[in-house]
Amino acid sequence: MLSPVILIPAILNGLLMGAVYALVALGLTLIYGVLHIINFAHGALLSAALFAAFFAFRLFGLDPYAAVFLIAPLFYALGYALQRFVIGPASHGDDRNMLLVTLGIAVVIENMLLFAFRADTRTIDVPYAFETINFGFTFLAVPRVVGFAAVFAVALALWLIMTFTDTGRAIRAVAKERFGAQLVGIDVAHVYAVTFGLGSACVAIAACLLIPTYYVNPTVGNAFVLIAFTIVVLGGMGSVPGAVIGALLIGVVESLSGLFLGESLGQIGIFIIFIVVLLVRPSGLFGARA
Amino acid sequence: MKGFIPIIVVIAVLAAVPLIVQSNATLNFLVVALMIALAGQGWNILGGYAGQYSFGHAAFFGTGAYVTAILQMHYGVNAWFGFGAGILCGAALGGVIGALTFRSGLRGSYFALVTLAFAEVLRIIASVAPITGAGVGTLIKLDLGARAFQFQSRAAFYWVILALLGLSLVIARLIEQSRFGAWLIAVRENEDAAKTLGVDASSVKTAAMVISGSMTAAAGCFYAQYFLFVDSGIAYGTWISIEALLTPIIGGVGTVFGPLLGALAVRLLGEGAKLVTGDVPGLDLILYGGVLVLVIWFTPRGLIGGCGQIRQWLMRRNAPGGPSVIEAGHG
Repeated sequence: MLSPVILIPAILNGLLMGAVYALVALGLTLIYGVLHIINFAHGALLSAALFAAFFAFRLFGLDPYAAVFLIAPLFYALGYALQRFVIGPASHGDDRNMLLVTLGIAVVIENMLLFAFRADTRTIDVPYAFETINFGFTFLAVPRVVGFAAVFAVALALWLIMTFTDTGRAIRAVAKERFGAQLVGIDVAHVYAVTFGLGSACVAIAACLLIPTYYVNPTVGNAFVLIAFTIVVLGGMGSVPGAVIGALLIGVVESLSGLFLGESLGQIGIFIIFIVVLLVRPSGLFGARA
Repeated sequence: MKGFIPIIVVIAVLAAVPLIVQSNATLNFLVVALMIALAGQGWNILGGYAGQYSFGHAAFFGTGAYVTAILQMHYGVNAWFGFGAGILCGAALGGVIGALTFRSGLRGSYFALVTLAFAEVLRIIASVAPITGAGVGTLIKLDLGARAFQFQSRAAFYWVILALLGLSLVIARLIEQSRFGAWLIAVRENEDAAKTLGVDASSVKTAAMVISGSMTAAAGCFYAQYFLFVDSGIAYGTWISIEALLTPIIGGVGTVFGPLLGALAVRLLGEGAKLVTGDVPGLDLILYGGVLVLVIWFTPRGLIGGCGQIRQWLMRRNAPGGPSVIEAGHG
């Protein structure tokens, strides 16, 4: 059972799956870093984005990898509007209210999907879904390798935005010191909404990378988001490198525990890591001490 | 004693309902609403008074339901003892989760997350462990009779849940009037300041979670006896976590009657939606989510707070210096 022939592909597949988790977690950690709340609507947004990618393919024959360039801006706008016109005004600046409002939005989105599309599980057929690349010692699925590369591209793009643009500087300023940022003339409500939009766009990209090999139903996002919560906590809330490293780690843990413990108990492994990290070191591996 | 008169009046009025209403559908509606109100009252003790928003109260509901069912079916324990044991287990679970999370200083988002994770872990365990019947669930054998806590008439069940709810209202009022309640509110409003004044915040919050857990577990125990069936999706599902927090927030968070009012409102809304559109999946929850957002937006203190807001608004209109009294008389 422990032979490297099984073990190495399992680890590699875990890393590839971890990359997609990283994208979902990036959005979550970005929003936490600036707004200091956990976006409980993240999973519902992921389900919605998966549906968007699904219908873009089914109705317009749009390849998911091309649809990214349509769906990501769409979800940026959706996220921006949600924060600017719903979450912000509704929560009156209270963190607890913000949590509840995102939970309320999650319930609404998820059940609108259920209402519109029923609980059926759907998949799409793209020609490259089962293609593999031969690395000599193992085979890896093409869509997963593409996903892995895309995650690093997105992380790089985010880093560039954060470091070199005025918007990025404004976001960092608000994350560090909201009132100070307001005093020097930064529109905090706008920055919040931009951050929420970027987080939602990350989710949309993740959805387009997932859909070729995954399925979609109205609650599919929840499974990912609970894992993403774990990753974000493990990596340190608000830390971008923490999210990427945490995601790869969790991907490998999931793959290995699935191999040794079976499908359903493998999930428990993740939650136990999650609870233990929260209790022992809630600031995570890379986060500043809270 | 003064604070208890409204509770006595409300319970007395509700207790008279089965004498007038005979319809099984109406009674069933009320039984479920009161059960949700009890679960919500549990959430309210911790969330409303102590300000710790749990997103995973299903952990308590499910534990109560499973303990009641499993003790009866696998160990032949009497249903009433099973019921009591379920409540005790809910309290114990509250103590364990509370001690773990509050000692490590988790609050806000982190607390919401960790409670959610506990509920999920329990749900996964319940969906694979043989003793819970895994994916199939646990059926309680039909054995009508007061001794087995199973009643032929809906009215009897109704009075049982009403009694439990009445007890929870009394407990909430007692807490409100006690020093312990003042500590809870101090921790909610400003935890650091409360600590400075000598309040042992984490013990106080843990105690609130014990009481909270036992109330929500009692609702779960009742669920098991009423429906005689439990599975992991029902017992530990997100629906109950959401309804437990929805009812006090909609009714009026941190008030004695908030959860009851909220549960009746939420359930009426859900039933109304079903009447209009038929039994379409998802529609009632779309409404719940929407109402949750709107209530936080416009009446952050729920329906009870909303009444106060309207009264204040009327008083301001009537007050000298505001819009003239004559105008208010027309409006």
